[in-house]
Amino acid sequence: MRRTFKAAMGAELAALALLAGLASAQAGSLKIESWRNDDADIWNSKIIPAFNKHYPDIKIEFAPSAPKEYNAALNARLDGGTAGDLITCRPFDASLALYQKRQLDAVDGLKGMDNFSDVAKAAWQTDDGKTTFCVPIASVIAGFIYNKEAFAKVGVSEPKTLDEFHAVLEKFKKDGTYVPLVMGTADQWEAATMGFQNVGPDYWKGEVGRANLIAGKEKLTDPQYVAAFKEIASWAPYLGSGFQAQTYADSQNLFSLGKGAIYAAGSWDISTFRGQAKFAMGAFPPPQPAGTTDCYISDHTDIAMGVNAASKNKEDAKKFLEWLTTPEFATIYANSLPGFFPLAKTPVKVDDDVAATMVGWRQTCKSTIRNSYQILSRGTPNLENELWNVSAQVVNGKLTPDAAGKQLQDGLDKWYKPAK
Amino acid sequence: MPESVSNITAQMPRAKLAGLLLFFLGPAVAIYTLFSIYPLVATMALSTYTSDPSGGRHFVGLANFETLLGDALWSKPFWNAFSNNLIFFAVHMCVQNPIGIALAGLLSLPGLRLKGLYRTVMFLPTMLSVVIVGFSWNLILSPLWGVAAGALKAVGLGSLFAPWLGLESSALVTLALISVWQFVGIPMMLIYAALLNIPEELIDAARVDGLGHFRIFLHIKLPLVLPTISLVSVLTFVANFNAFDLIYSVKGALAGPNFATDILGTFFYRTFFGNQLQLGNPTMGSAVATVMFFIILVGLCLYLFLVQRRIRRYAF
Amino acid sequence: MTVEQRARSLGVHLVLIAYSVLAVGPILLVVMNSFKVRSAIFGSPLAPPDAATFSLAGYEKVFRSSHILTYYSNSLIVTLVSMALVLLFGAMAAWALTEYRFRGSTALALFLSIGIMVPIRLGSVAILSMMRSAGLNDTLTALILVYVAQGLPMSIFILSEFIQQVPKDLRDAARCDGVPETRIFFEVVAPLLRPAIATVAVFTIVPIWNDLWFPLILTSSDSTHTVTLGVQQFLGQYITDWNSVLAALSMAILPVVVIYVILSRQLIAGLTSGAVK
Repeated sequence: MRRTFKAAMGAELAALALLAGLASAQAGSLKIESWRNDDADIWNSKIIPAFNKHYPDIKIEFAPSAPKEYNAALNARLDGGTAGDLITCRPFDASLALYQKRQLDAVDGLKGMDNFSDVAKAAWQTDDGKTTFCVPIASVIAGFIYNKEAFAKVGVSEPKTLDEFHAVLEKFKKDGTYVPLVMGTADQWEAATMGFQNVGPDYWKGEVGRANLIAGKEKLTDPQYVAAFKEIASWAPYLGSGFQAQTYADSQNLFSLGKGAIYAAGSWDISTFRGQAKFAMGAFPPPQPAGTTDCYISDHTDIAMGVNAASKNKEDAKKFLEWLTTPEFATIYANSLPGFFPLAKTPVKVDDDVAATMVGWRQTCKSTIRNSYQILSRGTPNLENELWNVSAQVVNGKLTPDAAGKQLQDGLDKWYKPAK
Repeated sequence: MPESVSNITAQMPRAKLAGLLLFFLGPAVAIYTLFSIYPLVATMALSTYTSDPSGGRHFVGLANFETLLGDALWSKPFWNAFSNNLIFFAVHMCVQNPIGIALAGLLSLPGLRLKGLYRTVMFLPTMLSVVIVGFSWNLILSPLWGVAAGALKAVGLGSLFAPWLGLESSALVTLALISVWQFVGIPMMLIYAALLNIPEELIDAARVDGLGHFRIFLHIKLPLVLPTISLVSVLTFVANFNAFDLIYSVKGALAGPNFATDILGTFFYRTFFGNQLQLGNPTMGSAVATVMFFIILVGLCLYLFLVQRRIRRYAF
Repeated sequence: MTVEQRARSLGVHLVLIAYSVLAVGPILLVVMNSFKVRSAIFGSPLAPPDAATFSLAGYEKVFRSSHILTYYSNSLIVTLVSMALVLLFGAMAAWALTEYRFRGSTALALFLSIGIMVPIRLGSVAILSMMRSAGLNDTLTALILVYVAQGLPMSIFILSEFIQQVPKDLRDAARCDGVPETRIFFEVVAPLLRPAIATVAVFTIVPIWNDLWFPLILTSSDSTHTVTLGVQQFLGQYITDWNSVLAALSMAILPVVVIYVILSRQLIAGLTSGAVK
């Protein structure tokens, strides 16, 4: 009879013992925080084994979170002291804030950092460019991927100008077999990243416009930005029915099942399509607006890696980061994840034909990064968030291009005072 | 409830009582205080601070609340989320509870066969993770998969289909209805249980008076289960003003289109943890959480003093 | 039965069947399509799998590329241990609150009820740093502690209603025989609370099994992920691979359904014996 009482006491004691239980990280092992959960297989089967050939004693665990939770979960873990040793860095301010909070270490002293150009490092440097806190890994390029079979069937070729682009879309619409242009607005960022930032650089002349925007010499209400919005607004008739509720995954499925002709793409889509699409694909850069001669592409420095300042195993973490600067890593990365283009100076041969096409645009067009990323998304309202919202509304026909530019500029004016 | 306390325990020596209380209440109060109340208090305390880029914190009093409610940059999204939340709640009150009451009424009809099966099946959605529910409905309503469109076409209403989740005018109500679909089981079960507890004699008396099932339900049963209905309403209120998962899993933290589906939970999340390039702002986020706490508190007080009139034993 | 009665009964069944289809249809749709090949999922979503379209590819992928069995066992451990502690501590606290008269008991009851109205998620950051200083980060223990704290208020609320109904004579008779209070609770009262278990389970266990947030921030390695988080991550990773997505969804749904079907009879017994009125 006493037993029940003892059992109860036992449970209480057990609970207290659990409370006092200790679990600590082991030395000699590293954990990688990342939002690239798509790439988990590649990391585990190719990248980590390649590293372990050099350092067999360092055990590495790739522990990704879903992209949309990554920032929140990472910050919570960093604040709580439970984050992994190696942190995959988002470009610009998200990572800069981590460095400023002393949650990331500087990486300037690492061997191999001179393999990267200043442009490659810019996304992970302090504003004065003196300190770099993440080792650049890759950039991604925006453009359009198309279904070669569909093009052959309808009898069109890659459009060079926007006029040709619209003619192609019109032809697909008349034909009716394919959804002419695959893009949805449900997740909002598609319209911003694969719409506005994709075709826009031709209008604002890439880096020139981006710098002017930061310097306050241009405004988002200027004609070049409104024109970019006008262009994406004109896509609506060519999108799939119900595109307002079409998520990013829906878009990928629509295209990879062969139901779409042209896909507003980021190069990171290539590996997904390689696994699923059963037709030949090609890619063309953003078609040029009438009257322009130079072409620009969104070649966005997107992914890097730094070391958690609170890591108990910085020695090994640095060894890993140094390995990331080597051509060996760049070659493995570029070819196991086609569409992520290494940032090191040494050129890497890309085998995938679509990926090779896209990276080839670097020879003919000028590269630029997304104009909302550096400095301009530092305040409230956040320009990138606003841009998602506004771009989706423009495509949905809920906001005019002029009003879109005005809303963005008004938001920016509330907190951003460019240095005079 | 004083009357239920036995005389013997009331006369217990103080030391013995203290020992018993410590034994019985100790573990629950300790864990609850440490892992529920303390973190909440810490959150509220955090709402009176602000942080600088290096992560240092400075006390600012109520300044965060002034910003949240006074600065249009913050107050506009806040009130937008608040009014969306009211709509979300209204849909639940106007759809979930009537359906729950109706189903409970039908299930409690005397002599109904297969009631166990119906009950089990109808309660199933309530058991599922919101993540799963959101994802499944997203697929079903997706214009790409065409399940919803196909189903409507099959009954000759194909022209009614629209990408509801993507339209500013319908996204919020659609999400609220998905939530209703999931949680209708709770009012149904609670009211069903209350209906079963109504003494048979009352109903027999009514039947002798010649009242039909429907009128018995309306005039006798329904008034008797009103306390349960108001409890259900309060649970719905609390749950709705804490809701987050469904909208987050279907629409993401930006709760589009154009914040048409933004409710307080997603607004809190976005503020506290950030989104894409927007950095998390724990101090402002805490202020939002604190305001949410007070909104729920005000709602509960209204309920207590206007509806319930007197505080029932323990509980709210 | 008269014709009129029969017609009415038919009408009632029609309404109930219609709603049952609405309730269970989407779930069946997901489960059914998880057994089909990718092209059939898209091509004819409403058709059941046949010889030509049947495929287990999605399930194979789930088993191959995620640690689904580890996730299951983690979820089971977390849920069962939390449930046991919530029931034990909850019943003990409910007993003390209803049985003993002491100063501050009303205040304590109100204090405990705060947890019903405020989501513990609001305190995430403080919870994280506490777990860290206790060395509990990335352990199932951390999850259990949070869930016990989260589940206690509702379970105390439900269980005190039950304890109310234990006849007073039963307790006082035992007291007169000099049986100690702890034994009265564990041997006289506790067994009478069994019908309440299902009710508490539905209100506290289901949210634990389905929770996404705390596993997300408190656990960071595969060895501590729960099913809901594992499935969520899997969905993120294979979002365009609908075979696998639907298979993963089905696998997350199944255990809950089984548990519920087992508990459902007791749930009604628990509710009707007056727990939540």
